[in-house]
Amino acid sequence: MATSSINVPNAGPVAGSRSFLSRLRDGDEIARVVTFLFAASVVLISLLLVVELWMQSTLPRHKFGFSFFLTRVWDPIAEQFGALPFIYGTLVTAAVALLIAVPLGIGAAIFLAELAPQKLSDPLQFFIDLLAAVPSVIYGLLGVFFVIPIMRQWVQPALKSTLGFLPLFQGPAYGIGFLTAGVVLAIMVIPYIISVSREVLLSVPRDQREAALALGSTRWESTWKVVVPFARTGIMGSIFLALARALGETMAVTMVIGNTPTISASLFSPGYSIAAVIANEFTEATGDLYLGALIELGLVLFLLTFILNGLARLMMLLTTQRGSGTAQA
Amino acid sequence: MRRITGMLLFVLALGGLALAQNALLINGAGATFPYPIYSKWFDEYHKANGSQINYQSVGSGAGIKQVTEGTVDFGASDGPMNDDQIKAYKAKNGSGILHFPTVLGAVVPTYNIPGVNVALNFTPEALSGIFLGRISKWNDPAIAGANKGVNLPANDIVVIHRSDGSGTTYIWTDYLSKVNPDWKDKVSKGTSVNWPVGLGGKGNEGVTGLIKQTPNSIGYVELIYAAQNKVPYGSVKNAAGTFVKADLASVTEAAAGSVKTIPDDFRVSITNAPGKNAYPISSFTWLLIPEKFKDAAKRDVLKGFVKWAITDGQGLTENLSYAKLPKEVVDKELKAISKIQ
Repeated sequence: MATSSINVPNAGPVAGSRSFLSRLRDGDEIARVVTFLFAASVVLISLLLVVELWMQSTLPRHKFGFSFFLTRVWDPIAEQFGALPFIYGTLVTAAVALLIAVPLGIGAAIFLAELAPQKLSDPLQFFIDLLAAVPSVIYGLLGVFFVIPIMRQWVQPALKSTLGFLPLFQGPAYGIGFLTAGVVLAIMVIPYIISVSREVLLSVPRDQREAALALGSTRWESTWKVVVPFARTGIMGSIFLALARALGETMAVTMVIGNTPTISASLFSPGYSIAAVIANEFTEATGDLYLGALIELGLVLFLLTFILNGLARLMMLLTTQRGSGTAQA
Repeated sequence: MRRITGMLLFVLALGGLALAQNALLINGAGATFPYPIYSKWFDEYHKANGSQINYQSVGSGAGIKQVTEGTVDFGASDGPMNDDQIKAYKAKNGSGILHFPTVLGAVVPTYNIPGVNVALNFTPEALSGIFLGRISKWNDPAIAGANKGVNLPANDIVVIHRSDGSGTTYIWTDYLSKVNPDWKDKVSKGTSVNWPVGLGGKGNEGVTGLIKQTPNSIGYVELIYAAQNKVPYGSVKNAAGTFVKADLASVTEAAAGSVKTIPDDFRVSITNAPGKNAYPISSFTWLLIPEKFKDAAKRDVLKGFVKWAITDGQGLTENLSYAKLPKEVVDKELKAISKIQ
């Protein structure tokens, strides 16, 4: 009976029955206009951001053109700038972070929403919200003093000895690098996934669960086959949120990634991300081309986020259409 | 209505207060390296003189940019402005900009080799070879040759450098460019360079943190930072052939060694300086003062400050582990102050 559609059909003005002025006097139209302006201002700010980034990066855009995306060299002295190592690093660390955080986060959310007793669920949720509010520099310090030694002494050698035949786990184990950055990012984004997914799972109507149980499914079957698919859109939304944070995270990443613009198949290798290089080099960047190149990197990050979010939404649209968005009852 | 008048009066009162704070405020920005001594100086000068000088340590590059744009009254930099930057300044402001060295700093090689607790000796060939990636093991003859009696392991060297743009990097790469023509060709000097090998740490703290965490690593940090944080560091062979460990005396000697060749605009590099006990990786740090001031009051305060800093102010440097300027440089600077108009 209940639909999973979240979109409420837009209640437009009652056509023709009242004049504009009478609606205005009653505040309806004002409310509509004001809230429209608020919404439009968000779009406007994003547009202004893109315009500003575009204008400030004219110099490197004219000099390098599309080769900016394909060059690996980042040499401020010779004034050769290429974005490829940074794009690679940003994508790899975000991918590692999501690979770790999504199963853990959704699993934890399912536990908190469906399987845990109330007395356990609420205090745990409090701690998770606390984790989500911790500043990223603190996570960076956690990474430097806690994660790096663990990675260097135990995790990376273990991975090397068991899965060392894969190019992913080869090379010297410094403790810093793509894998460590991915792990720290995962720690940072898990609270987001848990919080939002738990809320969405809790909002699934009781009758869905009860119907599944009534038809003879076990507790786990009703959770996994009925409740979670019902909440799919919300869970995907939480993953987008996590992805956005992982792509843009600066301080925590720069403290553990090694800050070396390299592209390597190995996750043990040090790397660099777009946000990290901008944070590191912006204040001391002398020369207009250098500054422009850093700003162009910012534009690239914006583009990357835009494309990834677009793809994710497209994927969500396609899967929702196929399953018609409702729970498989 | 009464609430509105009340608020209005309050706002006016605040505005009046702001206007009343008419004391002269001078703004500067630039290098992070001399920030501790500068803030001490500005504080002492304010007590002696009453004028307020505000300094933001945003980095040498930002300091140069801001003083060229005119957002601040003076700048500070660990590396002198190059000809292009000076031309840009002249083009924007119509007159030139002057460099005044204030204190001396040095950069030291620090390392973390399990089992090695002594101060190692580094030759210029060893240092440049390590940072170029050509020397990859600790027991390489280039390093072992200068450290007889030390048991260096056959482990891979992990190079650590700065990831952020920095005056420390400028001094280090300036030295390596002087002692190794390959380095000069391939990498050259700058606040941010294209490092052939190594991991990047953010700030002196980042580099130190990485070195402490990573066995068999080597990096470079500011002498003051190493001294204050008790980081072990090695000696470097200078141009005269002596292995010198950086300290205040050897750094001042490096400056003294180049006094005869110091140009009138004070833009000089004193790395690899002559002198028996001169520390080869030393550098001045400069205040960047515009040649012409529109505001006479600000000009007089700054002139007075520079004069005070290079004379009386030098007495405060030792406590903070900065080396003082040699006398000849001070004399030359005192004469140059009259160029500020």
